Amino acid sequence: MDALSQLLVKNGIITGFVFVGVVMWFSYWLSDRITRGRIHGSAIAIGLGLVLAWVGGAVTGGNKGIADITVFSGVALLGGAMFRDFAIIATAYGANLDAIKKAGIAGALSVVIGVVLSFVVGAVTAVLFGYTDPVAISTIGAGAATYIVGPVTGTALGASSDLIALSVAAGLVKSVLVMVATPLVASSIGLNNPQSAMVYGGLMGTTSGVAGGLAATDARLVPYGAMTATFYTGVGCLLAPSVLFFAVKALVA
Amino acid sequence: MVIYGVSLLAFCMLFGVYVGDLLGELLGVQANVGGVGISMLLLIVLSNVSSKRFHLKPVSESGIQFWSALYIPIVVAMAAKQNVAAALSGGWMALTAGVAAVAVSFLLIPLLSRFGGSNAPLPETIEGSEP
Repeated sequence: MDALSQLLVKNGIITGFVFVGVVMWFSYWLSDRITRGRIHGSAIAIGLGLVLAWVGGAVTGGNKGIADITVFSGVALLGGAMFRDFAIIATAYGANLDAIKKAGIAGALSVVIGVVLSFVVGAVTAVLFGYTDPVAISTIGAGAATYIVGPVTGTALGASSDLIALSVAAGLVKSVLVMVATPLVASSIGLNNPQSAMVYGGLMGTTSGVAGGLAATDARLVPYGAMTATFYTGVGCLLAPSVLFFAVKALVA
Repeated sequence: MVIYGVSLLAFCMLFGVYVGDLLGELLGVQANVGGVGISMLLLIVLSNVSSKRFHLKPVSESGIQFWSALYIPIVVAMAAKQNVAAALSGGWMALTAGVAAVAVSFLLIPLLSRFGGSNAPLPETIEGSEP
C-alpha cells in the first residue's frame, strides 16, 4: 500500500490523468443515465470536481482541495495555471477572427464595467456589514472582482491579513458560483454566441470561473470568454488600488 | 509533425505571457495584464494567415487540437484543487459579496452583448459531441 501511494505521488501528473479520466467517465455516465443528457457531462464533471475539492479541504484542512490528499497531489499539477493556460490558448485555434473584431469594443468595455461593478457591489456589501475604513472597504470590493485583485489591492493598501483572507473568500465564492451557475442561466441571459461570451468573460473576469462555466455550457464559447477574462485581473489590479480606492476614500471620509 | 503544432502553441503562450508581464510592469501593477489573451490573439492571427509559406498541415494541427480537447479535463482538475472549503467558510460577508457581484454582472450581459451587431455562428469542435 505504501509502495503504491509512493508510486502515485512520484508519477503525480500521470495519476492526475487517471483521476480526471475516472471523474469524466463517471460524470458522463451520470449525465446519460440519470439526467438523460439534459445536464451535460462536463457540467457534472466540474461540479463533481468542486465537491471533491470540498471533501479534500474538509478532510485535510488544506487549501488545495483534493490535491491536499497526498496521493492526489498530481491533480494540482494538471489543474495548475500552466496547463490551464496552455489548454485555454489551444482552444483559440481556429476561432473566428471576424466574431472577435465585431465584439471588440463591447468586450473591452465589459472588462472595465465588470471590474468597477464588482468592486462597487463588494464595497457596498462591506459597508452594509459595518466596515467604515476605506482600506477595508476597498480590499473587500477588490476581492469581489477576483481573488487575485483582492490580495494585490489589500497588500498595496496595507490591509490586515484577515481582511485579505476575506477578500480571497469573496473572490472564491464568485469563481465557484460562476462555474456552477453559468450553465443554469446561460439560455436566459443569451449566452450562446461568441459575442455574448466575450462580454460575459469581461464582466465576470474570474478566469477559472468563466472557463469552467463556459466549458459546462458550450465548449465552443470558451476561447471567446477566456480571452476577455484574462484582461480582467490586470485591469482590476490597475484600477482597484488606485482610482477606485481614491473614490472610496472620498466617499466615506 | 505533431510537435510543430505543440511548439507553435507553446511559443504563442510564452510570447503572450511575456508581453503581459511587460504590460504589467509598464502600468506599474504586480500582475500579468492579459498575457493569456494576447497569446490567444496571436494564435488566432497565425491560424488565420493563409499564406503558403505558413500553413500547418493537419498532422501539425492535431498537436494543438489535442490540448484544446484536453481543456475540459484540465478544468475539472482545476475545479478539484480549488479551496472550496474556505470559500464556504469565509463568512457571510464574503458569501454575500461574491453572490451579489455575480448576480449583478449576470444582469448586464444581455445589455452589453447587444453592442456589436449580429451574432456570428459558432465553429464546430473537434470532439463533435459537444452541444
